[in-house]
Amino acid sequence: MTVTTVRKDPQALSLTLYAEFDASPERVWQLWADPQQLERWWGPPTYPATVTKHELRPGGRVEYHMTAPDGDQARAYWNVEEVDPPRSLVVSDGFANEDGSPNTEMPTNQFRVTITEIEAGRSQMSIVSTFPSTEAMEQLMAFGMEEGLTQAVGQIDAILAEDAVAQAAAPRT
Amino acid sequence: MQIAPPDFDRMFGALADATRRDIVRRAIEGEEGVAELARHYPMSFAAVQKHIALLERAGLVTKQRIGRRKVVRTNLEGLRAARRLLDRYEEMWRGRIDRMTELVNEYTRERDR
Repeated sequence: MTVTTVRKDPQALSLTLYAEFDASPERVWQLWADPQQLERWWGPPTYPATVTKHELRPGGRVEYHMTAPDGDQARAYWNVEEVDPPRSLVVSDGFANEDGSPNTEMPTNQFRVTITEIEAGRSQMSIVSTFPSTEAMEQLMAFGMEEGLTQAVGQIDAILAEDAVAQAAAPRT
Repeated sequence: MQIAPPDFDRMFGALADATRRDIVRRAIEGEEGVAELARHYPMSFAAVQKHIALLERAGLVTKQRIGRRKVVRTNLEGLRAARRLLDRYEEMWRGRIDRMTELVNEYTRERDR
């Protein structure tokens, strides 16, 4: 039960998630700062990530590939824009060509991570993910980044509702 | 599954206006024409007509002939497609956060052992 709130803003093309952890900000930061830990959560078990380069500093680059169930690998990277351990991180996530250079035909997705201490040993993490265009969003989703292909038919009420819908997320374990 | 691939940028742009969202909501019933819809809003017929034309171009509503009348009807499939896109992205991050939680809890258990 960690995701507390999800906000979708179709106009701003952004998705904001808030999650809480029973851990200090320093511990939560390690999920991003330690490549071995990053590998364990970035990709789903069916599409695991392997981190080959990890420079978590402004202007640095993180390189990784995702391995599909059939063995196919997709190379990708982060351009690290801002780093303020253990509080915030801003990266642009993009796909790479086989030689590791950025694949300019594929869009990038920027996200900002903010970690704050709620009380001793308890932290909140927010992730604000922004797409350059809906076309970009569509393209990325079509590329097999998604998991849990539940394809649940969306509630149209939500998109018809006010711009920034603050929904209380259903508890998950 | 979709009849025509929706133009998401145009669609989200069209939904960025409260009057247009309201028109989309009313047109789910598909019983009113432009003139009837226009009566719900404190603005000119021409202004409402413009909003409807914009929604039509975005693939969110269609005009359908019923006998001698023309009604405005919401294209639910287009709307669902837009919504699904954000839903799937949310699903991806939820999966990640679930795995982060497992990792943090695992660490805590080991530390406290």
